[in-house]
Amino acid sequence: MHVPDGFFNLAVSVSAGAVAAAGVAVCLRGARRELDDRTAPMAGLVAAFVFAVQMLNFPVAAGTSGHLLGGALAAILVGPYTAVLCMAVVLLVQGFFFADGGLTALGVNITLMGLVTVLVGWGVFRLITRTVRSRAAITAASFAAALVSVPASALVFTLLFWIGGTAPIEIGTVAAAMGGVHTLIGIGEGLITAVTVGTVLATRPDLVYGARGLAAPLVLRGADGDRVVTPEPEVRAPARRPALLFLLPGVVVTFVLAGVVSVFASGDPDGLERVAEDEGFGDQATDHAFGTWTLADYGDVAGIPVGVAGVVGVAATLIVAGAVGYAVRRRNRGHDRDRDHGRLSV
Amino acid sequence: MSSGHHHQLYRAGDTPVHRLPPQCKLAAVAAFALVVVATPREWFAAFGAYALLLAAVAVTARIPAGFVLRRMVIEIPFVLFALAIPFIGTGERVQVVGLSLSLPGLWAAWNILAKATLGVVASILLAATTEPRMLLLGAQRLRLPPMLVQIAMFMLRYMDVILDEMRRMRVARESRGFTARDARHIPVVARSAGALFIRSYERGERVHLAMLSRGYTGSMPVIQDLTPSAGQWLVAGTLPGAALAVLLGAWGLTGVWGVS
Repeated sequence: MHVPDGFFNLAVSVSAGAVAAAGVAVCLRGARRELDDRTAPMAGLVAAFVFAVQMLNFPVAAGTSGHLLGGALAAILVGPYTAVLCMAVVLLVQGFFFADGGLTALGVNITLMGLVTVLVGWGVFRLITRTVRSRAAITAASFAAALVSVPASALVFTLLFWIGGTAPIEIGTVAAAMGGVHTLIGIGEGLITAVTVGTVLATRPDLVYGARGLAAPLVLRGADGDRVVTPEPEVRAPARRPALLFLLPGVVVTFVLAGVVSVFASGDPDGLERVAEDEGFGDQATDHAFGTWTLADYGDVAGIPVGVAGVVGVAATLIVAGAVGYAVRRRNRGHDRDRDHGRLSV
Repeated sequence: MSSGHHHQLYRAGDTPVHRLPPQCKLAAVAAFALVVVATPREWFAAFGAYALLLAAVAVTARIPAGFVLRRMVIEIPFVLFALAIPFIGTGERVQVVGLSLSLPGLWAAWNILAKATLGVVASILLAATTEPRMLLLGAQRLRLPPMLVQIAMFMLRYMDVILDEMRRMRVARESRGFTARDARHIPVVARSAGALFIRSYERGERVHLAMLSRGYTGSMPVIQDLTPSAGQWLVAGTLPGAALAVLLGAWGLTGVWGVS
C-alpha cells in the first residue's frame, strides 16, 4: 500500500503533503496531553512496535496475505494524537531508510495510512464505547474500528486517484478492486486488533488508552469492616474539538485546491474526464469557464507548453500549503514556548 | 525481512558523498525526487540522464551496483502493479505479440516504473551513505519538528530490541509446531502481538526511568558539529542542479523546436 514516486501527479502529492503536515502539527500539540513528559521515548517505542507489527503477515483468503496497517490499533492503545505521530514517523523512516514509499509521495502515505486510519478508527471506537462501557464492548469496538479504518483508507486512496492518479484505469474498477481486497484485509486487521487489545486489556488494562476509566475504583476494607474507596485518578479530558474544527476545513480546502489545480497541472485527462469520455457524456460538457484563459485546457490554448501550466499550478498549491503550515507553526510556537522553555536546546 | 537488516542500510566509507553533512544530502535527494516527478513522461532522454546522474553518485560513493539492486527488491509489489496497468487500463488499445494492451496504460506503467525506480535508487543511495542517526539530525537541521525527530530516534533505537523480541516469540511458536496457515490462526498471531506490546512497553518504561535517573531532560545531547559550509551545499546541489538543468534543457528543446 506504500505509494511510490510518480503514482500521483505533483499537485496531489503536494496538497496531500500540506494535509499531512497540518495533521501532524495538530497532533504534536495533542500528544503531550496523552503521554506528558514521556511522549518522545514512549511514542518512539510504539512506532517501533507498529513497524514490527506491520511485518506480521496474516493469511486473508486463498493464497493472498495482508499485513497490518496498525493505525486503529495504535490509536486504541496510546490515543489518537500519539498514534498519528507514530504512524508518521514509521512512514518517514520507511521512506528515508528503506526506500519503501516515494519521498514525494510521503504526504499521500501519511494522509492515507496515518491520518485516515487513525481518525476513522478512533471515531468508530469512540462512537461505540461512548454508549456501552465494558471490557467486551472495547474489544468489539476495536474490531469495528480496525475493520472500518482499512477500507476507509482504500476509499480515500481511490478519491485521490480520481483527482490526480497517473494511471488510466476506470475509477469504478479501482474502487471495486481496492474496496474488495481491503474489506478482506480489514477483517483480518479487525480480528488481530481486537485480540491484541483484548490481550493487553487482560494483563495491563492501564496501558490501553481507549479503556481509561474502565477499572473499578480501589476499595480498601479495614479489619473492623469500614470501607475506604480511593477516588480514581483524574482522567485528562482530550481536547479534540478545536483540533477537529481546525483540521476539517483544512482538509476540505486542500482537497478542493488539489482538484482544481491538478486539472491545470496534469497533462492527461483526469479520471472524471476519462470516465466521461468512456461513458459518452463528455460531448455534453460545455466549455470550461476558464476556457479563454491561457492556462485552460492544459495550457495548449495559447501555445504555452504543459510544463509551464504545471509549474504555475504547483506554485499556487505550494503557496497555499506554505500558508497552512506557517499558520500552524505560529499557533504552535506561542503555545509551546512556555511549555518547552529550555528543553529543545539541540 | 531478515534479522537486523537495518544495519545493512548504511555502508561505511570515506568518500566525498559520505562526508557531506546530512541535511545537504537530504535536501538534495528531496529536490531531485521533485524534479523527477515533475518531468513529463514523454521525455525519455531526460530519464536516462537522471539515471546517469544517480550512477555517477553511486560511483563517487563507491556503492556497488549489487548492493543497490538487492535493496531495490522493496519496489517489487509496485512493479507488479505497474505491469498490470496496460492490461486493465482504458483507452486506445494496441496489439503487442498477440496481447491487447491499453496505450495510455503502457504510458502510465512506464511513468510509474521510471519515476518510482529513480526515487527508490536515490533513497537507497542516501541511506547507504548516511548513518541513520546523522540522517535524523540532518532532518532536524532542516526544521523538522524536534519532537518527530526524537520519536524517530527512539524508534531506531528500540527497533532492534522489539524485532529481537518478536523473533524469540516466533521461534517459541514454531518450535512448538505452529505456523500460521489460514485465518483460524489469526488469534494466535494477535495474542503474540499483544504480548509483544506489553513486553516492549514495560521495557520502555524501565528504560525511561533509567534515562531520567541519568539526567535525561527531554532531548538527547548532540556532540557533532553539523554546520555545513557554502561549498558543501554547492557540492550537494550538483545532483538536483544537474537534474533541473536536464529538465529545463529538455523543456527548451520541446518548447523552441517542438521536439518531443
